[in-house]
Amino acid sequence: MVEDIIMRHGATEDKLMPILLDIQNSNERHYLKEEDLKTVSKILGIPESRVYSVVTFYSFFSLKPRGKYIIQICDNAPCIVNGAYNVIDDFRRALGIDMGQTTNDGMFTLEHSSCLGCCSHAPAARIGGELYGDLNTDRINSILSELRRQ
Amino acid sequence: MADLILQRLTKHCGNIDPYDIDDYTAAGGFKALTKALLLMKPQEIIDETKASKLVGRGGAAFPTGAKMQMVHDAPNNIKYVICNADEGEPGTFKDRYLMESDPYQIVESIIIAGYAVKAQKAYIYIRGEYDKAIALIKNAIERTRETGYLGKNILRQRFNFDIEVRTGAGAYICGEEFALIESLEGKSGRPRYKPPYPPIAGLWDCPTLINNVETLANLPYIVLNGGKEFRSVGTDSSSGTKLICLSGNIINKGVFEVPFGITLRDIIYSIGQGIPNDKELKMIQIGGASGSCIPPSMLDIKLDLADMRQHDLSPGSGAIIAFDNTRCVIDIVKSLLRFFAHESCGKCTPCREGNPQLYNIINDFSNGTATVDNYKALDSLTQTMQQAALCGLGQASPMPVVSTLRYFKEEYDMHLSGNCPAGICSLDGGQAK
Amino acid sequence: MTMINLIIDGKSVTVPENTSILDAAKSINVDIPTLCYFPDQNIKGNCRVCIVEVKGSRTFSVACSTPVSEGMEIRTWSENIMNARRTIVQLMLANHDEDCNTCIKNGSCELQDLVQKLNIQQDNPFRKVLDTKKIDTSTPSLVRNANKCIKCGRCVDMCQETQQVGVLFDAYRGINSEIVAGMGKYLNDAGCILCGQCSTVCPVAAIYENDETERVWQAIFDPNKHVIVQAAPAIRVSIAEEFGMPAGTITIGQLAAALRRLGFDDIFDTNFAADLTIMEEGHELLERLQNGGTLPMITSCSPGWINFIEQYYPELLPHLSTCKSPQQMFGAIAKTYYAEKIGLEPGNIFVVSIMPCTAKKYESARPEMNSSSVRDVDVSLTTREFARMIRQAGINFASLPEESFDNPLGISTGAGAIFGATGGVMEAALRTVYEVVTGNTLQSLNFSEIRGLKGVKESSVNMNGDTLKVAAAHGIANAKKLLELIKDGAADYQFIEIMACPGGCIGGGGQPYRTTNQIRQQRIDAIYKVDESMPLRKSHENPAVQTLYKEFLEHPLSEKSHKLLHTEYKNRRY
Repeated sequence: MVEDIIMRHGATEDKLMPILLDIQNSNERHYLKEEDLKTVSKILGIPESRVYSVVTFYSFFSLKPRGKYIIQICDNAPCIVNGAYNVIDDFRRALGIDMGQTTNDGMFTLEHSSCLGCCSHAPAARIGGELYGDLNTDRINSILSELRRQ
Repeated sequence: MADLILQRLTKHCGNIDPYDIDDYTAAGGFKALTKALLLMKPQEIIDETKASKLVGRGGAAFPTGAKMQMVHDAPNNIKYVICNADEGEPGTFKDRYLMESDPYQIVESIIIAGYAVKAQKAYIYIRGEYDKAIALIKNAIERTRETGYLGKNILRQRFNFDIEVRTGAGAYICGEEFALIESLEGKSGRPRYKPPYPPIAGLWDCPTLINNVETLANLPYIVLNGGKEFRSVGTDSSSGTKLICLSGNIINKGVFEVPFGITLRDIIYSIGQGIPNDKELKMIQIGGASGSCIPPSMLDIKLDLADMRQHDLSPGSGAIIAFDNTRCVIDIVKSLLRFFAHESCGKCTPCREGNPQLYNIINDFSNGTATVDNYKALDSLTQTMQQAALCGLGQASPMPVVSTLRYFKEEYDMHLSGNCPAGICSLDGGQAK
Repeated sequence: MTMINLIIDGKSVTVPENTSILDAAKSINVDIPTLCYFPDQNIKGNCRVCIVEVKGSRTFSVACSTPVSEGMEIRTWSENIMNARRTIVQLMLANHDEDCNTCIKNGSCELQDLVQKLNIQQDNPFRKVLDTKKIDTSTPSLVRNANKCIKCGRCVDMCQETQQVGVLFDAYRGINSEIVAGMGKYLNDAGCILCGQCSTVCPVAAIYENDETERVWQAIFDPNKHVIVQAAPAIRVSIAEEFGMPAGTITIGQLAAALRRLGFDDIFDTNFAADLTIMEEGHELLERLQNGGTLPMITSCSPGWINFIEQYYPELLPHLSTCKSPQQMFGAIAKTYYAEKIGLEPGNIFVVSIMPCTAKKYESARPEMNSSSVRDVDVSLTTREFARMIRQAGINFASLPEESFDNPLGISTGAGAIFGATGGVMEAALRTVYEVVTGNTLQSLNFSEIRGLKGVKESSVNMNGDTLKVAAAHGIANAKKLLELIKDGAADYQFIEIMACPGGCIGGGGQPYRTTNQIRQQRIDAIYKVDESMPLRKSHENPAVQTLYKEFLEHPLSEKSHKLLHTEYKNRRY
């Protein structure tokens, strides 16, 4: 419940980001509903426009429903020169969707990511809040099967 | 390679259980904090830090002791310490390494810093993608609090202090000190103009010490061994050790703690063990995505602030990315600019509008649609951004362009005449995506 | 106060500490160009146009946000600065809809001015990156065109800091940055009160008034329509600014002359209706005081304020006076009382108002504003649109002779005139209420405590042993203070005047662009001068108003008055 999340953090302006992160993580489609944002605005006493500003500024937040697992693929220089574009192609092929899209069964969303700090195990991706490095076609397929099984 | 790798900051990494406070204590943990609180006054700690000539390890290289002095001297009663763990510089993963391998050291360092500047509360702002580091630091803080090294009257001294973990949400700009502060205050991460600087008016306009994870991690060593001892390693202009991160086309990737003063050649070939797959080194980028891109002919430059400054270089975050001769310079610069355009906060004109325009021009080179006029546009745009942008992102993002124009001009010229030597660029006038 | 010595372009300058480089340069007549900077607002430092070179610094310093320091050496002009400023403006133009010729700000656009000032004649070396966005025409009052926005943030500062309504804010990131309303909505769905303050500070045409001059021309040129115009109190002390005259120049006579030359059939005065409002509202206050009605009573002539209380404090609606605004009272009387007099059906009369206000466009279109059986006020024009019509018709405003308003709805008193200033409605009301209650003549007509730019002003009047405590607030931020007091039961007043716009109507959202506090003060001073110059200064002494009651309305708060001159409000909680 949105109100519970707010009370747990404290209904002050500076807690906006932790509150939004928790609200987003509390629903399976990893997104923020407009009515929840209105509730946050009301309880915290900050204008809706400011809440919207924070939601649209940070890459983590989404106003649209996404998949159960968000696959964030790094496409910065250290990963690119270690095969990141192949990783992107592998995921696109395996899931049948393009970057920025969600599979029809609501399981996976593909997103670009800035550097994940996983450069020593490039190419890397962050999937469902866990970092996976040294990706190749086999690893990608086994990761996807494992996640589907859960 | 023995004298190339040191273990001041990384002494515990891989040797202790990062969850277990007893492991940390048994390995010598919290000795520095105990000495600081029981045997030293805040000013003494600052004096030792000054004597150590420690400078910021996040990229800006500001003298840490001087910063601590400013916060210490500021007249307000309420002061803050912020540990900047929003490590987002491409090619940089040293803070993640420290936080995942030795979280208690970070916690101890923050408490020492808080004591030195007379703060009551610290925030550690960890980037949201570092889930494991977040969990470990949170655990370390809780255990530390249970043990009494955090909270009220620490070690029975009149020193109350606590640390709160806050996480980022996918914005590289929040590594900039004021963008981070804005984020802590619950807003978008748009940097403030300076002055005033954080030591005078930072978090909620209170004096704030904001330092990188690695910078703070040096404090226990300085407290235990003194500033002079700290300087026994390194060079005149750059004392102590630096954590460097090797990535890209290099055999031995990872975090390495090295003394300042070793050469880039040592780093690439001795530590990094050279380029894999029988390829040759074409270019290295030092310091992160906004670092200079230099050719192999400059490998004898030392990892040292003064030496590097002479060549318009900087160690930056310590990231060193190697690119082999199958890579295209234009393609790499394009990817760097795409990163900056994506991460620009959008507040000031030069960065908001300039980064996408830089990208467009470099993309023209990659498409084969560039013209000679583009060189002039690149010059005026890079100069304007470097001098007029509001914060370090816009000021530094042109660096890959500026440095590659200086050292790899022939690649630009070749693309101009429709030829990509590495065979990567499509040069098809933008037909393919 | 510590003084700082520095050098600007080789000249020694001494200024107080904390002075910005921009102001220090101004003190020696060096005008560093700016764009996002606006007086009275927070420093933004985002356009980067006002860059200067400071010795010892490897980057430029931004003049508006950098304070001077002892021994600073500054150069305000160099080849580097020239190239950088040009590049910055070219970057802006590459992301800007450059349809200047048909743009509403053609000739009064600060970006145009800057391009001219910087002598930028070259082709833009940067690619056009403008991603065309839909224009927001969701309200009758304001239009938002994001394709023109240069992200200076002035509108945000106005809405968040000055007005504290909080509708506009910057969202997204990087090149996708844009100013949004509410949760990225159109204005009609974002809790906007249409006060238009944002439109007075926008340097370009990213937000501007909905121009309805064509509708008015069509009515004027329609032989079947009898077109009546009313001009608000604030117009006569502001319109001259549109023609190069200093702020606060009084042009009552020329205002009437201009309206006549535009082709309106009757040149009437909203000030007349202001006197009428005082009659109704003064008696309404007395009735509430005597019969235990809801107190404090709050004035209701500011439609931006009405939009605010309906959306944000609907629980306090009973405090509002039920009186319509002068604009609306005028329309109702014009299409009934006056229509009868000239033998026309209400449907053949077209009422236009010239207002310093953008919210009045919304007010005139409110469904219930049709007591005359048709729309009481057909079009409300802002001062800016009025000026456009004058220019369009080739009228040389400065050289117009002084003419008068027409009878009977052009007769007014000084009390009506001061409606345009914050505290003016209150003072006008007190002048009448005092005399009605005590039967005595007021010794001094000037309630100075209730005048001026202080955010919340208080005063009290002793009437037959009873003290009437009053307050006046201007700008929504100050209004909120009083509303919170009322909610807490701590508002120790019987009568409150609230104006949505800082300074009152003279600082309205439809006034000449770039209104500053200094200009507001000058217009306010002029309004009180107008008041003092008038032969009659109390609303109840207006002979045309007296006649209106005698011939038509009978007495204040009569059944006819209630039908034509009073209204109800809606709970539109946002």
